[in-house]
Amino acid sequence: MSENMNLTLKVWRQRNNKDKGKFEDFKVNDISPDMSFLEMFDVLNEQLISQGSDPIAFDHDCREGICGMCSMYINGRPHGPKEGITTCQLHMRSFKDGDTIVVEPWRANAFPVIKDLVVDRTAFDRIIAAGGFISVNTGNAQDGNSIPISKIDADIAFAAAACIGCGACVAACKNASAMLFVSAKINQLSHLPQGQPERMQRVRAMVHQMDKEGFGACTNTGACSAECPKEISLVNIASMNCDYIKANVIDSNG
Amino acid sequence: MSLNSNIPEGKLEEKWIKYKSTVPLVNPANKRNLEILVIGSGLAGASAAASLAELGYKVKCYCFQDSPRRAHSIAAQGGINAAKNYQNDGDSVYRLFYDTIKGGDYRAREANVYRLAEISPNIIDQCVAQGVPFAREYGGMLSNRSFGGTQVQRTFYAAGQTGQQLLLGAYSALERQVGMGNVTMYNRHEMLELVIIDGKARGIIARNLITGKLERHFGHAVLICTGGYGNVFYLSTNAMGSNATAAWKAHKKGAYFGNPCFTQIHPTCIPVSGDHQSKLTLMSESLRNDGRIWVPKKAGDNRNPSDIPEDERDYYLERRYPAFGNLVPRDVASRAAKERCDAGFGVGNSKMAVYLDFKFNMMRYGKVEANKAGLNDADDNEILKLGKEVIKEKYGNLFDMYKQITGEDPYNSPMRIYPAVHYTMGGLWVDYNLMTNVPGLYALGEANFSDHGANRLGASALMQGLADGYFVIPYTIGDYLSKEIAVKPISTEHEAFAEAEKNVNDIISKLLNVKGTKSVDHYHKKLGKVMWDKCGMARNTKGLEEAINEIREIRNEFWQNVRVTGLADEFNPELEKAGRVADFLELGELMCIDALHRNESCGGHFREESQTEEGEALRNDSEYSYVAAWESNGDKWNLHKEALNFENIKIAQRSYK
Ligand code: SF4
Ligand code: FES
Repeated sequence: MSENMNLTLKVWRQRNNKDKGKFEDFKVNDISPDMSFLEMFDVLNEQLISQGSDPIAFDHDCREGICGMCSMYINGRPHGPKEGITTCQLHMRSFKDGDTIVVEPWRANAFPVIKDLVVDRTAFDRIIAAGGFISVNTGNAQDGNSIPISKIDADIAFAAAACIGCGACVAACKNASAMLFVSAKINQLSHLPQGQPERMQRVRAMVHQMDKEGFGACTNTGACSAECPKEISLVNIASMNCDYIKANVIDSNG
Repeated sequence: MSLNSNIPEGKLEEKWIKYKSTVPLVNPANKRNLEILVIGSGLAGASAAASLAELGYKVKCYCFQDSPRRAHSIAAQGGINAAKNYQNDGDSVYRLFYDTIKGGDYRAREANVYRLAEISPNIIDQCVAQGVPFAREYGGMLSNRSFGGTQVQRTFYAAGQTGQQLLLGAYSALERQVGMGNVTMYNRHEMLELVIIDGKARGIIARNLITGKLERHFGHAVLICTGGYGNVFYLSTNAMGSNATAAWKAHKKGAYFGNPCFTQIHPTCIPVSGDHQSKLTLMSESLRNDGRIWVPKKAGDNRNPSDIPEDERDYYLERRYPAFGNLVPRDVASRAAKERCDAGFGVGNSKMAVYLDFKFNMMRYGKVEANKAGLNDADDNEILKLGKEVIKEKYGNLFDMYKQITGEDPYNSPMRIYPAVHYTMGGLWVDYNLMTNVPGLYALGEANFSDHGANRLGASALMQGLADGYFVIPYTIGDYLSKEIAVKPISTEHEAFAEAEKNVNDIISKLLNVKGTKSVDHYHKKLGKVMWDKCGMARNTKGLEEAINEIREIRNEFWQNVRVTGLADEFNPELEKAGRVADFLELGELMCIDALHRNESCGGHFREESQTEEGEALRNDSEYSYVAAWESNGDKWNLHKEALNFENIKIAQRSYK
């Protein structure tokens, strides 16, 4: 087993939304490679509390890569240096003794900072509320096997539905575009027979809300997908664009 | 107060049908004037909030996370049970009912469990209609797998992310109602007090976690859907924020707490790796479909698992329980793992782990794949490779997760696993309507005590959460609200609101003013250790008595020496944690008191004094066939008992041999 390490952290501190914010330096020692990145932050916060200073606020909950709450921008990359994982799944064995690690919040106009590393991602909820659903009231449903769905379609829908709504795609994008997140939901539903009736309306409503929230435009750079912890594919964006064009044509034809 | 479970008259299979067609209704115009507060946005909360809003009620929903989609239901991996009998393997509503009662070691209410089984097929239909991408067979039909404690395949799943997909389904239904203006969502809000007026639940005090401001909210009814309290143990598979606070505040305001000691220790979790550990990660029970559990036959055998030949391995579950093998219920599997490790047969650095080995089934699947592809002369390596692909398809995300955490590759060597706290069967006492003994206060999902007895079967938590929210509460709440239609919203200037808010303020300033030397986590860890050592997988009189005293000491020390940094009127996660741990420090004591009073073993509650010669849990039906419902009384508790009557199932010693 490798040795414990001593590290320097440069962490973004911002008291609240009005504060300007700045980086602060911290030292943590004797960090085990088996710790998760957030457990290393627990150690740092314990240290700060025992000194009587304010611990660093960060979002986290499940700590197993599924809730989408953790959100640290580590050394210039959302969720850190490893691909296909969230911040909470990143372990200290990915770093080495003496490293300096820079940690910032997600940066996007649509995700204002609440405190330190915590941002407000309610814009995502509002996009889902605008159309990210199938309109079926409880009790409306027919038997689950009454509409066969090919395994291929079910698998594609599932792959898109694996999005955890973390916002790393937005943080990774130089335009702070939310296209990957939005397209993942749209494609999940457009690959299922149940999603067809509202397909065109959905894409228009969700894209409209996305623009209203102040997310940037997509310039097909692909940083979103590269940094997405669930490896949501760029193909989703392409198919969403197709649907969006179709939807607008239908709309303008009345 | 006497406990009335309000179970409808009539034959078991007719109770719910009759209930539904006779329960009083609220007409649509009146629904618009009735306000319902839903606390929590997991499977139970989101499904309830969405369904009630669809019916026309005015709903407010609260979650402490930044979005309702984060609720910890999202982390459920394996699946959801339903008595669809799509596999033609003999399943039925009765069999699901029977398996659940037996799995719970005969400590659940027959009528509730039967209703759950009856509703289960509707849940699958509803979720499919919402676009939940369940696993499918090539022919396009829904796929099933097996779970512990059953001999049929009735579990529906979406890879190892079933909870995520079901929650996102409920979340989308909820957000649809938010978009339509029927639900007001309060993200980053935490309920810190229940408001009772004239004996009825009439609202809550919630803290806006961003600004720290306390808010008063009125409701004609309040639904607690805040999940379980496994985090009493500090280390558990729960999320870091999972807490008992809303349920506990309701308890302190008069709601009885049912069977608090019934805790589920899940057999297959990634073992603790060091003192820094902040939480434990589950490896889904579904893995026991294809993984075989073993330890070396020789104690202290330090060889690499692949160097230990077949005949020197002890597949102890298959040996002890030939009929169910690796698919015995969770409580049985957990105790068996503990027994082997305590006897010195454990593996890994800590020796507190057993192997979960997929090689055998990788080879089996590999052969099928080789046959399909016409590769008649494939060698073992090729077969293994094909088999790995099949396993990857079924459990890929779990294998990746294991690798991330341990740094070891489970495709090439067996997983090391050990039991960990996972679920709490206990919770607020509720009647058939899911109403607590406080009129207008309901508890749904894991937050109530109702359906799983002393041990929950795998893939039944998702079923219960969604049954309660989609299909039970929309009917049962009418029974109460139909009598409330004349009640105008009560002003939050009412003195009961003022007093409740003052209570909350007092606690917050008390926490901030201790200004001691030790962090909140320090006390949480201490409590967790006592609970795990003395109120965990095995319990006895001496240990429990000690635990009660130790918890009281920790609690005293906490209030004298905790250091909570920051201010009341700002975003302050330390303060949030402090309030939750303060509640755990009381709940932990009650759990030990309950465990001590129940001098029998049943399901996950194993009293060392009460076991069979083979070391199995030994129930004492003549004395303990009841639900223990605890009433808070200052810093003491009074016990009320609800007798459990089994009219349809013959109770017997559970056997999985
Ligand atoms: S698309 Fe990926 S990065 Fe974006 S929110 Fe979803 S999971 Fe996160
Ligand atoms: S804390 Fe849930 S995904 Fe990281």
